[in-house]
Amino acid sequence: MSFKIPNNKKYAESHEWVEQPDDGGPSRVGITDFAQDELGDIVFAELPSEGDALTQGEEMGVVESIKAVSDIYSPVTGVVAQINESVFDEPELINDVPYGDGWLLAIEVESGADNLLSPEEYKEQIQ
Amino acid sequence: MSLRKPPLYKIHSDADPEFTDFGGWIMPIEFDGIRNEHSAVRNSVGIFDVSHMGEIKVSGMDATELMNRLTTNDVRELGPGGAQYSCILDDEGIIIDDTVVYRYPESDGYLFVPNAGHDEEMANHWSECAHNMGLSVSIENVTQDTGLFAVQGPEAMDTVEDAAANKLSDLSRFEAKQSEIAGINCLIARTGYTGEDGVEIFCPASGSESVWSEFQSVQPCGLGARDILRMEAGLLLSSQDFDPETEARTPIEAKLQFFVDLSKPDFVGQESLKTQQADGTEQKLIGLVLNERGIPRNGYEIHSEGGKIGHVTSGTLSPTLSEPIGIGYVDTKFSETGTEVEVLIRDRPVDATVVGHRFLDSLSKE
Repeated sequence: MSFKIPNNKKYAESHEWVEQPDDGGPSRVGITDFAQDELGDIVFAELPSEGDALTQGEEMGVVESIKAVSDIYSPVTGVVAQINESVFDEPELINDVPYGDGWLLAIEVESGADNLLSPEEYKEQIQ
Repeated sequence: MSLRKPPLYKIHSDADPEFTDFGGWIMPIEFDGIRNEHSAVRNSVGIFDVSHMGEIKVSGMDATELMNRLTTNDVRELGPGGAQYSCILDDEGIIIDDTVVYRYPESDGYLFVPNAGHDEEMANHWSECAHNMGLSVSIENVTQDTGLFAVQGPEAMDTVEDAAANKLSDLSRFEAKQSEIAGINCLIARTGYTGEDGVEIFCPASGSESVWSEFQSVQPCGLGARDILRMEAGLLLSSQDFDPETEARTPIEAKLQFFVDLSKPDFVGQESLKTQQADGTEQKLIGLVLNERGIPRNGYEIHSEGGKIGHVTSGTLSPTLSEPIGIGYVDTKFSETGTEVEVLIRDRPVDATVVGHRFLDSLSKE
């Protein structure tokens, strides 16, 4: 089975993705296609609040599928700028469009973006 | 210890499901998504390989006597082909396993089905007790030689009737009969673990492939869907909702009194249960539903008035009811339906309400 790994994103070893917009605004963050597939049917997401300070590699929330609870880790250091509220009502978005409407939050990045994985490096990791 | 494999391991591998270790067996947990499989069983029909369950044959002059001493329900009530749910207790009344006891329809003796990984322990327990009680019985652990499939759902009876040589529409709930499927002699019982109508089919391990292949058009389902289906129906899981080591409970605490006949002659655990019946129990099993987002899971604490009053043993987000449901034990005074409690989820108290643990009944009527 091959998993989508879009080229316009960077990746954390813990299976989160980060997309830095060209305009330098907050970066969107979500979990990867591989991660959503491993978890199976996602039924619940618990996310930090707007304004929370996050540290790269530290726990920032939880996604739960029918069969498992999985921590999600902040892929960068920064401040939460926005939460995607629609995943609270429709957590299946995370399964269906993990890189689209199933994004989780946007982070005003302060540091850490440099040590994320490239799509090629992430691909190697999950193989 | 190496994992035991069901007779269909090779066939399953070709379908490429996710496997899990359950009770010492390697079994499919998910074929095509837990939600899909769950929905097939609730809306039409699904088939499960449950060959990891134990099968023990008990026959001989004193078979009825021994079965009645070691299980809580009254075995003497079973006619040929009859089946009953029952508990197996230790001297203190603690549940060591639960089982369904079948009386063979066409031959003497009984078949009982302990949970995965409990077959050797139960066969030994039966032999030891027969010896100590001086009873004349023959006990045979046929787990390894037996395939067991569950066909469950509103369309299950029609589906199995199409495949079976004998008519099944006259089969009552908790009744079993012999019939051929694909030329293999099977014991077909109208029992299950999903809260739906359906049957469980016992066949020789050597005939498993032929029998399974008769149901190729039926959605194969794994243990993941089975776990959710049984939780929605409020059916308890051995080793999780009760366990002599980690979750020591009597049938009275676990609300299984219906399956205990305290008035029948002497059975293991009877005296303790009589005392408990008279004195009451410190804790009782409850169902609960969360009033906020979240999922109650095994081990989560249940609180009230700022203190711990119990814990969750099983929980999930119910796909049928679209509610987060849980089964657990709390101090008896908090066990009344309607009591407001809190479940501690990752250190955060989440509001919950105590409801009947047969969720398909208790929540759908609201």
